[in-house]
Amino acid sequence: MKLQKNTMLALYSVLEFAADPTRHMAASVIADKYGVSQHHLAKVLSELARAGIVESVRGVGGGYRFAANARRLTLMDVVSLFEEPMPTSTSVASPADTTPVDRALDAVLSEIEQIAQATFRSITMATMLRLVDKQAAGARPPAPVTSG
Amino acid sequence: MTASPAAARKRARARRETTDAVNVRPVKRGDLPEVIAIDATVTGLEKQAYWRSVYRRYGVGGKDQRHFLVAVMGERIVGFLIGEVRDWEFGSPPCGWVFAIDVHPDARQAGIGSRLIQSISALFRRAGVRKLRTMLASDNTLILSFFRSQGMMAGSLIPLEMDLE
Repeated sequence: MKLQKNTMLALYSVLEFAADPTRHMAASVIADKYGVSQHHLAKVLSELARAGIVESVRGVGGGYRFAANARRLTLMDVVSLFEEPMPTSTSVASPADTTPVDRALDAVLSEIEQIAQATFRSITMATMLRLVDKQAAGARPPAPVTSG
Repeated sequence: MTASPAAARKRARARRETTDAVNVRPVKRGDLPEVIAIDATVTGLEKQAYWRSVYRRYGVGGKDQRHFLVAVMGERIVGFLIGEVRDWEFGSPPCGWVFAIDVHPDARQAGIGSRLIQSISALFRRAGVRKLRTMLASDNTLILSFFRSQGMMAGSLIPLEMDLE
């Protein structure tokens, strides 16, 4: 499964903010970190702000901060803001002309979609942050071996 | 959806205090009415006969690696968990299965479910088991999220079903 660039940017941003809800961060910091234009990221952040997931902080050193509950906000809440819902039928024919092959393929694709949606709905940002920590811990070089 | 950091800290503190006050132990016969009441509150069905049968099979204090645990706060049962070690199902090495867990709605968000999972995990580890499994409906978002928050991920087994006509 491939998510659109805006969805990925939204997820990166939400995880950055959710990691420390007390901290506000300028859009430019996230834009630099992920190598995207501030203009592009601003659109994503304003969509997240409209949804109440982040809020803007005015004044010098302003930016955005996390405004949701990380134990309640799911991947689906963010993904659904930026992704089109998957069509219920993939057939090129009109609904009246679908063949058994079309319907069988739709059944299989619908199964995949249901699993993907259940996964997105069940993973909160708090769980994602734990997964990120686990990955970071796994990526760390092994502790030096001390003798004596 | 908005929540202030102070409110989040307050919730976390309350969660720690509640979790500390909870004791997890094997079920006793006298606990059954409260267990049935929690299940009835959540499902809307009071299944007396079912729970008596579950108690007979799993209320055995860990015999044959079958566990029926309750979380107790003060004198009150606030949650339960049932699980067992299953050996070599579909060729898979022994694993710990959790097939029932619930916490009374007014005692949720306090770490009680986590305490139940930690307790059963310790019992399974003691039995030499290194994998915890469960299965639930894909639209049961609340409990799916809970298991995810405990570190569970999609596993190597895929559940399949068919209508028997």
